Amino acid sequence: MITYALIFCIGSFALGLLLNLWRVVRGPRISDRILALDTMTVNAIALLILLGFALGSPIFFEVAMLFALVGFVSTVSYCRFLLRGDIIE
Amino acid sequence: MPIADLPLWAEIAVTFFLVVGGLFGLVGSFGLLKLPDPMTRLHAPTKATTLGVGGVLIASMIYIFAAEGRVSMHELLITLFLVITSPITALFIAKVHIHMREKPETLPEPRDASGWASFTADGPARGVRDRQPVEPGAPDKTA
Repeated sequence: MITYALIFCIGSFALGLLLNLWRVVRGPRISDRILALDTMTVNAIALLILLGFALGSPIFFEVAMLFALVGFVSTVSYCRFLLRGDIIE
Repeated sequence: MPIADLPLWAEIAVTFFLVVGGLFGLVGSFGLLKLPDPMTRLHAPTKATTLGVGGVLIASMIYIFAAEGRVSMHELLITLFLVITSPITALFIAKVHIHMREKPETLPEPRDASGWASFTADGPARGVRDRQPVEPGAPDKTA
């Protein structure tokens, strides 16, 4: 039962990643693109956790933690660059 | 896939949270694609994706507790980090949108007369602020 739920969950998050990618390509404004990239990192975190689940390896939690850190920092620095023209003032 | 055999309650709980998490993640990403303008688009993924990842993490915690008998702390760390950072990200993206695409006239009127705080700071609203050389000892205007 868990196996089928895992397959469903991995499929829906992968489909979500594709939808986000569509928004990155189409997004009429830069803020839409940043938002779609941020959502992509969150979906990638979910996929990594599910992959660790399926493969039974605890190392994927560290990878997911790193993804969360780097995704947050990159989103904030991109917004900061657009707002102030500089990242660290 | 090396999925361990679990007692029935754990199996049902893990399956439930996995399905709910997957559905919420998909709804968040679909809302990002479907909603009409940037401020409503901001609403869909920042809430629903956090719920989706939260469901997956709860499922993982229950699975590890039932299969190995220990409480895993990694999930709590990731949840804590996502819950702390997602409002900051949403605020920054909204600010980028407001400063690049809107003026104070095009925004709805705030309830009190103080105006939109994002536009009341002195200096130009978008792009690089002019960095004037400051006399030593003079009060810092940009702070």
